[in-house]
Amino acid sequence: MKTRSWFLVGAALLVTAIVLVLPLLIVFVEALRRGAGVALASLADPDAVAAIRLTFVVVAIAVPINTVFGIAAAWCVAKFRFRGRGLLLVLIELPLSVSPVVAGLVWLLLFGAQGWFGPTLSNGDIQIVFALPGIVLATLFVTFPYVARTLVPLMQEQGTEPEEAAILLGAGFWSLFRRVTLPDIGWALLSGVLICTARALGEFGAVSLVSGHIPGLTETMPLHIETLYNGYQTAAAFAMAALLAAMALLTLGAKALLEWRIGRTLNVAGAFT
Amino acid sequence: MSAASLTAGATPRSRLRWFMPATALPGFGVSLTLTLLWLSLIVLIPLAALVLRPWEHGWHAVWLVLSDPRVLAALRLSFGTAAAAALLNVPLGLLLAWVLVRVPFPGRRLVDGLIDLPFALPTAVAGITLTTLYGPNGWLGAPLGQLGLKVAYTPLGILMALIFVGLPFVVRTVEPVLRDLPTDVEQAAATLGATSGQTFWRVILPALTASLVTGAGLAFARGVGEYGSVIFIAGNLPMVSEIAPLMIVIKLQQYDYAGAAAIGLIMLLGAAAILLLAAAARRAWQPDAA
Repeated sequence: MKTRSWFLVGAALLVTAIVLVLPLLIVFVEALRRGAGVALASLADPDAVAAIRLTFVVVAIAVPINTVFGIAAAWCVAKFRFRGRGLLLVLIELPLSVSPVVAGLVWLLLFGAQGWFGPTLSNGDIQIVFALPGIVLATLFVTFPYVARTLVPLMQEQGTEPEEAAILLGAGFWSLFRRVTLPDIGWALLSGVLICTARALGEFGAVSLVSGHIPGLTETMPLHIETLYNGYQTAAAFAMAALLAAMALLTLGAKALLEWRIGRTLNVAGAFT
Repeated sequence: MSAASLTAGATPRSRLRWFMPATALPGFGVSLTLTLLWLSLIVLIPLAALVLRPWEHGWHAVWLVLSDPRVLAALRLSFGTAAAAALLNVPLGLLLAWVLVRVPFPGRRLVDGLIDLPFALPTAVAGITLTTLYGPNGWLGAPLGQLGLKVAYTPLGILMALIFVGLPFVVRTVEPVLRDLPTDVEQAAATLGATSGQTFWRVILPALTASLVTGAGLAFARGVGEYGSVIFIAGNLPMVSEIAPLMIVIKLQQYDYAGAAAIGLIMLLGAAAILLLAAAARRAWQPDAA
């Protein structure tokens, strides 16, 4: 029994090393291949700085919007039973099953030159795709489910009794939400926002279709990685990749910390509830 | 809030009960309205464009796009490699879930944290990294190349990328089920003289089948549409290593919006079919869970 357990652990560690650890190592090894100075200098390049700034602007717009929506959706779906609730849950999680490329394509079909509203937009001289609004819309689509998805199972488990008691004691909606619901879901909300942010930072396919790839103007960090890599600036591409990978590791660390605070695992990739 | 509850109170009781049972909680009307509005603007209207757009030149045009050998090859490659990666991830995911739940070993927390890496790591980063790892001069690509196995820029590279992307889906779906599995059934089997192999195949595996199917289904659906982590390692050779999402990009570069939408719609329907089949299979294996 004992030996077989160790054999299984060995096999699992081998799988982890080959599938997960080696890629992670490569990012940092390649980024530092020509020294930390060169890597940092490539991140200070004006196009790289513009890409980093754009990425944070997109995150700063998309994440708060989807957080507010996610809380509303979780409140409605977790605290009430109504007809069509199951369908609503499926629709909220729908973006998770859509290819990133399709998530970008749909915005071109609406606002592209040959899109439904394309001619109207060009008459009014309004640019949505190949500009910031398109990138934000594509990011909103792909990050749509995460906050609601993190909150719903927890809020369902907690039931409605604390809130009902507060109502009977005369609480209004906002004081109810702030004093009864929020303290219970606070850490889960934070981790939902975290997952949402991580996805928004790294989105590639959807943003790639609507960005137009103008270096220094409409390139986010992942898109800039592609430009650098395809332009054989491998070290610079990996420097930017290492920056994103470091953020991913921070996210994983923070998620582990939050799970410890909440006392339960937060399923980011597993079965839908 | 108060406006919503007032209107709700004004509707006939029976009609309201048909829609939802009584509740003292406020905020239903506002939160539902907000949810439906936002859902429509960000998800449903855009997807409606995807559903309606392919047909603008008639059924024949759609058929022409989807019967193009190059598009067919891309669809076959995307669905085929995603299915193969999902199948390979079943034993790998089961192994990882098993040791994480059942075997206390030093470094378990670290392995547990690393499982989510493919989910947290941006796909473009995974893409260039896996291409370097499996490339002709890569840590794994070089030794494999000496064995005559070319991974990067071939369908095999796509498979490796999709295994990376799909692994957490299987592990994270099986893990909670395995954790809740009572060990006394296994002990009973052992007491009755079952070998550990028999216990695994006849007691443990049947209890996990439903979650394995679900996890594999999720990994499969994700793999069909995967772009960033695949596009760098794929090689993108027409008829050989072009994935379906790339065909959408190519159609868009030719300003063929309807054609791009047709491929996108097929991919969306394919992913939906996979998830529905996985759900049906799960119910068949675990009727009480439905």
